[in-house]
Amino acid sequence: MSGAAAWAGALQALGLFAADPLGLGGIAVRAGAGPVRDRWLKILYDSLPPGMPVRRVPLNAGDDRLLGGLDLAATLQAGHLIEQKGLLSEADGGVIVLPMAERIEPGAAARLRAASDEGQVTLQRDGLSRVLPAHIAMVALDEGADPDEHVPTSLLDRMAFLIDLTKVSLRDIEYDDWSGLPSARPLVMAGEGKHPLVMAGEGPPSTPLSGAASQGVDGGPSPAMTEPSGPSPAVTGGAGAVHRATDTAETAKIIETLCGVAMSLGVDSIRAPLFALRAARIAAAQDGRSGPDTEDLSLAVALVYGPRATRLPPQEEAEAPPEPEPPPEDQPEPPPPDDEDQEQIPDLPLEDIVLEAAIAALPPDLLAQLASLSNTKGQVRMPGRVGQAKMSLKRGRPIGTRQGEPKGGARLHLLETLKAAAPWQTLRRRAPEHGPKRFEVRRDDFRIVRFRQRVGTTTVFAVDASGSAAMNRLGEAKGAVELLLADCYVRRDQVALIAFRGTGAQLLLAPTGSLLRAKRSLAGLPGGGPTPLAAGIDAAMALADNIRRSGRTPIITFLTDARANMTRDGSGGRPKAEAEAMESARALRATGIAALMVDTSPRPNPFARTLAAEMGARYVPLPYANAAALSHAVRAAAA
Amino acid sequence: MSTRPVFPFAAIVGQEDMKLAILVAAIDPGIGGVLAFGDRGTGKSTTIRALAALLPPMKVNQGCRYHCDPATPDVWCADCRATAKHKSVTVPVPVVDLPLGATEDRVVGALDLERALTGHKVFEPGLLARANRGFLYIDEVNLLEDHLVDLLLDVAASGENVVEREGLSVRHPARFVLIGSGNPEEGELRPQLIDRFGLSVEVRTPQDLPTRIEVIRRRDGFENDPIGFTEHWKKAQDKIRRRIVDARGKLSGVAVPEIALENAARLCMALGTDGLRGELTLIRAARAVACLDGDKEITDAHLRRVAPMVLGHRLRRNPLDEAVASTRVNRAVEELFGA
Repeated sequence: MSGAAAWAGALQALGLFAADPLGLGGIAVRAGAGPVRDRWLKILYDSLPPGMPVRRVPLNAGDDRLLGGLDLAATLQAGHLIEQKGLLSEADGGVIVLPMAERIEPGAAARLRAASDEGQVTLQRDGLSRVLPAHIAMVALDEGADPDEHVPTSLLDRMAFLIDLTKVSLRDIEYDDWSGLPSARPLVMAGEGKHPLVMAGEGPPSTPLSGAASQGVDGGPSPAMTEPSGPSPAVTGGAGAVHRATDTAETAKIIETLCGVAMSLGVDSIRAPLFALRAARIAAAQDGRSGPDTEDLSLAVALVYGPRATRLPPQEEAEAPPEPEPPPEDQPEPPPPDDEDQEQIPDLPLEDIVLEAAIAALPPDLLAQLASLSNTKGQVRMPGRVGQAKMSLKRGRPIGTRQGEPKGGARLHLLETLKAAAPWQTLRRRAPEHGPKRFEVRRDDFRIVRFRQRVGTTTVFAVDASGSAAMNRLGEAKGAVELLLADCYVRRDQVALIAFRGTGAQLLLAPTGSLLRAKRSLAGLPGGGPTPLAAGIDAAMALADNIRRSGRTPIITFLTDARANMTRDGSGGRPKAEAEAMESARALRATGIAALMVDTSPRPNPFARTLAAEMGARYVPLPYANAAALSHAVRAAAA
Repeated sequence: MSTRPVFPFAAIVGQEDMKLAILVAAIDPGIGGVLAFGDRGTGKSTTIRALAALLPPMKVNQGCRYHCDPATPDVWCADCRATAKHKSVTVPVPVVDLPLGATEDRVVGALDLERALTGHKVFEPGLLARANRGFLYIDEVNLLEDHLVDLLLDVAASGENVVEREGLSVRHPARFVLIGSGNPEEGELRPQLIDRFGLSVEVRTPQDLPTRIEVIRRRDGFENDPIGFTEHWKKAQDKIRRRIVDARGKLSGVAVPEIALENAARLCMALGTDGLRGELTLIRAARAVACLDGDKEITDAHLRRVAPMVLGHRLRRNPLDEAVASTRVNRAVEELFGA
C-alpha cells in the first residue's frame, strides 16, 4: 500500500472512530514519532466531539495512577477518605492515548482490557472500595521497530482499527487528499458530535459485583453518568427506528455477510465482525443512510478486517505475491492496489463484493506477515529497544511496593511505609500502650519493594533447518530441543525459537513461557535449502539483546551442522558464508551473551568447533550428547 | 448501580462446557470452583458475569457482613454467634470481582481507614468476606500477583479468613466458589492454584459460521436494545434458574451405584491422576449433572460428560505431551466405556 493510500485509509478510520470512539473500542496507530503521526493525532483530537476527555497514559503508570487510590495528603488533612481518581476513570467517556504501546506490560494490558470491556474500574485499593465508571476508547501509538514488536494482541482485539503510517511520507500528507477528503465522509463530524451515534461500551456490560460493590460505593456511577455511555440504540433519531424495523431481515443479512467475509479472510476474532458492523453503521449514518449499504460494508471490512486478515480466499491465491522476501525493511514498495477501485457488479452476492473490497485493501506483503502473525498470535510482546539501554545493567526493576516484612532480602520502602502508617496515627495515639513517640510505625505498615517478577532466563533456540541439517538429523535436533524445552519448563524459563534456512532467519516463536507453543512451532518446522548461518547468528543475537534489555537473561542455543553456504546478501558460496558466520560469531562474543553450540553433524564438524570458540560458546557435538548432557551444557552456559 | 443490564446467561451461544461447569458449581459449591482458560473474545467473562443474574437468592442473617446462613449456626461468624436473635432475609448470591491491582488490605479486610482517622477501631471486611457463600471471580487469574495468590490459597483451603491488625483480631468464614478465567498465552498458572479448582474448561473461539453469526446477532441485538433483549430471554433464564433450584433439592437423593464408583476409580487410575480428589470430584460433578438432567442415579453418561472438566487439569503434567488434556481424558474415557 502506498503512503498516500495508507494515509487516506488512516483518515477514513479516523473519521469513523472520531464519530464513535467508545463504540469502536480504539485505534492502533503504527508509526514512529514524527510529523506524520503528529498530524494524524492532531486531526484526531480536532475531530473528537468537543469536551471529550483525552488522557495520555504513560507506559510506566503504576496502579495508583492508572486505577486510582487514596489521596493520602488530602485524606489526612480532611480527616476522611478522599480518593484520587486514576487515569482510566478520569478518561471516562473519552479516549486514552497509550504512547509506546508496543511495550505495555502484560499486567497493565490486563487492566486496560478490563476497563475497556466493562466500562468501569473496580478499585479495591488502600482501604477504598469503589466502582468508577471508565468507558474508554484506546488510541495505541505503536512504535514497534520490527514486525515482532507490536501492541499486545489482546488489546488490538479490542480496537476496531489498526492503521499503519510507517510508509506515509510528508509528501503524502501535504499533497495528497487529506485536506480534500470526499465531502461525503467529512473529517470533522461537528454535527454528529452532539448526538453521538453509538455510545455503547463495546464489552459486555458486566454484572457489577452484585451485592459486593453496591455497598461502599460512594459517588459511584450515578445514572446520569452512565447513561450516555451505556448501551443505547445504535443509530440516532429516525435512523434508529428504521434500523430496528428492518432489523430481522436486513441486519441478519449484513451480519451473515460480515461473518462470512471474516472467515474467508481468516479473521478469527469474534469482536472484529462486531466492530465492522458498527463501523458500517457509522459510515451509513454519516452519509445520511438509515442502514449500511454495500459501500459502507466494503469500507468497514477493508478497515477492520484488512489488517487482521491471515489468509486470502482460495480463489485469490494465484494473484498473491509469490514467496515474498522476508526482510521487509527498505524495500521499494510494489505498486499499491488501489483502495477505491472496487467495481460493483450488481449481480455478485453481497459477500463477494465486500470481500473484494477487503482484498483490495490488504497490504501487498500480507503473506510475508502471515508467517509471523500465525506464530505470534496472542503473544505478549516483550519490551523493545527504545530507551532501554540503561536498564540492562540491572536485573529486574522495582514495580511498586506491597505489605510485607523486610527480611529474606526484601527491601523496605521507607516512604511507602511512612505513608502506610500515617492514617493510623490518630488511632495509635489513643492506644494505652502509646509512648511519647510522635509517629508510630508498626510492623503492619512495613512496605517492601517489589521487583519485576521472576527475572528469569530466556533460552533462544536457533535451529538450522537447512537441507544439509535436515539430512543430518533435523529430527534428532528437534528431539534435542524438546528435551531442552522440558528442562526449561522445570526451571520456568522462557523460550524463543528462531529457524534459519534458505536465505534468512525467521523468528518462529517470540519469547514465551508456553512450552506447548514452542513445541508446536518446532513440530511445524520445515527443512530444506542452503544454510544462512550468519543470518541465523545475527537474528539470535538481536533477539537475545532485546531479551537482555527487557531484564531477562538470554542464552542462545544453536543447533546446526555449521555448513554455512549462504551469505547475508543471499548469494551462495561456502568460503564467504563461513567468513560471515565467523564475523557474526565475533560480534556475538562481544555482546557477552551466553551461547551453546550443539553440533548436529553426523561427525563433529571442526568448523562448528571453531565457530563456537569464536563466539565464546560451549561446544557440544550432538552424537555424544544425550538429554542429560545437553541439559547440563545449557545450565553450564547459563552459569 | 446494577441497573446496567447484563447479557443473559441463557442467550450465550455455544460454550456448552463452560456453561455446564458453571451450573455444576452453582448446584454443588463444594466441588470447588471453575477455571475457564482459553482464547480471547470467547465470552468467558460474559458467561461468568451472567451467572449472578441466574442464581437463586439465598437466606442470610440480617445485617451480617459475612452472609451467615440462618440454617447453619455452627459456621456462623463471631458477630452472629454473639447475637441472640436473628431475622433472616433473602439476598442475591454475591458474585464478587477480585480485580487486578487489588491491594492486600482490600482482599482480606482491614481496619476501616475512614473510622481510624477519627480514632475508632472498626474492622472493614474485604472481598473474601463479601464472597462468603457466593462466588469469587478473578479475571486474568494467571496475572494475579503472587502474594495475593498465596492469600487465596490459604483461605480457600481453610474456608476461614483470619485478620490481625492494630491489635484487632478477626476471624470469619470465607467459603466461596473460586472462578478464574484467563488466556494461557499470557502466563502460566501456579500448579497449587490450578489444584484449587474443581473443574477446568478450555474455551475456544467458535469456528463454524452459523455459530459465529448467531453470536454476533445476539450481541448486536443486546447492544441495540438491552432491556428488550433481556426481556426476551427472561423465560429461558427463569427456566435455568428453576433447574438449578430443582437440582440442588435433589442432590442428596441421587443414588451413587457401586459401578459408578468403580468406573470413576478406574478412570482416574488409567489417567494416573494424583490423589483421591479427582475421584471425589468426578462423582460429585456427575451427581450434579444427574440432578440437572433429573436422573435418579449416576450413570456412565454423566461420568463421561464431566470427566474432561474434572480430570483435564489433574493429569500429571507433561509439558511436551500435547497439553490439550481433554484429548487424553477422552481417550481414556473411550477405552473405559467404549467409543
